[in-house]
Amino acid sequence: MTVAAIETEGLRKVFGDNTAVKGLTLRVAQGEVFGFLGPNGAGKTTSMKMLLGLVAPTSGSASLLGAPIGDRPTLARVGFLPEHFRFQEWLTADEFLQVHGELLGMEIEALKARKGELLERVGLSAFRNKLLRTFSKGMLQRIGLAQALLNHPALVFLDEPTSGLDPVGRRLVRDVIHELRQAGTCVFLNSHLLSEIEVTCDRVAFIRHGEVVRILDLASLDGNRSAVTIRAAGLTPEIVATMSRWGEDIHANGEQLTLTIRNEEHLPEINKYLVAHGARVYAITPERISLEDIFIETVGKDGGL
Amino acid sequence: MNKIWIVARMTFREAIRRRIVLTGLVLGTLFLIIFSIGFRMIYGAINAEMTEAANAMQRVWQSEAANFFLQVGLYAVAFLSVAMGALLSADTLAGEISSGTIQTIVTKPLRRSEVVLGKWLGFAGLLALYCLLMAGGISLSVFLQTGYTAPNLLTGLSLLYLEALVVMTVSLACSSAMPALATGALVFGLYGLAFIGGWIEQIGAIFRNQTAVQVGIVTSLLIPTEAIWRRASFEMQAPLSAALQMTPFTTISVPSTLMVGYAIVYLLAALWVAINTFQHRDI
Repeated sequence: MTVAAIETEGLRKVFGDNTAVKGLTLRVAQGEVFGFLGPNGAGKTTSMKMLLGLVAPTSGSASLLGAPIGDRPTLARVGFLPEHFRFQEWLTADEFLQVHGELLGMEIEALKARKGELLERVGLSAFRNKLLRTFSKGMLQRIGLAQALLNHPALVFLDEPTSGLDPVGRRLVRDVIHELRQAGTCVFLNSHLLSEIEVTCDRVAFIRHGEVVRILDLASLDGNRSAVTIRAAGLTPEIVATMSRWGEDIHANGEQLTLTIRNEEHLPEINKYLVAHGARVYAITPERISLEDIFIETVGKDGGL
Repeated sequence: MNKIWIVARMTFREAIRRRIVLTGLVLGTLFLIIFSIGFRMIYGAINAEMTEAANAMQRVWQSEAANFFLQVGLYAVAFLSVAMGALLSADTLAGEISSGTIQTIVTKPLRRSEVVLGKWLGFAGLLALYCLLMAGGISLSVFLQTGYTAPNLLTGLSLLYLEALVVMTVSLACSSAMPALATGALVFGLYGLAFIGGWIEQIGAIFRNQTAVQVGIVTSLLIPTEAIWRRASFEMQAPLSAALQMTPFTTISVPSTLMVGYAIVYLLAALWVAINTFQHRDI
């Protein structure tokens, strides 16, 4: 078995009376884009901070890239964009990257080239010599992202990386994550922007009250249940009743029929049946059940409070 | 060592960018100008009363007067350096933890102790510059106007710097555990205790009250700032006033070299506390 990017075993954190993380057991493979989902206060940030050595676990163990958490040489291969992206505002963008690159132990020439490359990538080349004090929230997030990628990390932690960004900025983050995946970098993403997670992640873990309640392979989501809307004339009660063969939650209303099917593979069959029984089919529209639906279903409508 | 140096440089740059250095420089220069003018006027008045053919005794009085004003100036500088030391480091760890700027730093491949040592080194450098500007400036001003130099000036100024370093380090240690305002209140509270304890010790010594002297020594153990100043002042005092015990800057109960050693150990202990607390803190 290859070395996991992240492996945790019963990771737990108690602050006084409050158990922030109950017992996190997780394995994230190298090169995987992994989403960490949960309502506010579910323990997402605390979990990430434990993995990065910012917060000491009360009990349990964890390793990054095969080394126990807090191992310094390993941190040279890890990138991190914190949640509130507050940085040394009295530095310029260039100086900010310079200091962080030096702390990573990067070579002078390599760092110089990498700074230029990343400033270009996050669209801040023109602001290279401006003080971070003058940056907007979105610009700070961009420079923070550049900082997280300085060392060509094997593993990147992004804590709510799009919270301050406009749609253009969000697209940028999404593209960067795609590039990282192609480069074989593991990305561990904290977010509650489900649409973001849905398009970027390979797998997601749902966390509630500091525990993983479900791990979901997003690739399997396509083949999973879909809500189907059928528009057809000549839908007899018999036809409507037969639909239970393929799905549930069946509702007929004139020429419109909706149902939830267990597998999209049933769609051709349904079509064939409808036509064979004299219905004139105008449209069959499958709609994948969104991550949001699953989120609500898993975490509960109360948001896990 | 390399990582400590990076943090120290960043600390230095922060002080420059946040105009701490500029403010210190401008107000420090103003202080030196006012001191020099005041010194010129008072020294001039003393000289005016001198007879043309001043005898040897009058020459002694002249240098005694110069020494007195030098000590007044240095006493003010000692306090300003202490305040500078406390203010520089009071918010550094506490502030960076609460704002979150420390997060991208401590997740880099460096020890937390290197972060603390780097900051300490940066502040120590800034304080050295400040002490040099202020204490050096006053000494130079007196020298240029009168040709007088206090005895053991270098030892005295080094002790003055040590006093500021002790306060800065204690402030850094507090800052690793509590917010800036609480740090400030604690550090100045301790400084106040040592200050009043020091005076009780000196006055007690005049009246040969051993208990009062003990009180002073005990408060010096809490924080040895006043004791270091007393030692510095003792090193630099003029021979006559020392013999006659006649000015507020005459040290009667002299803190021993042991107390100076204690101050250095105290500083190292505070630095150890700063490192240790920061190391085990959730950020």
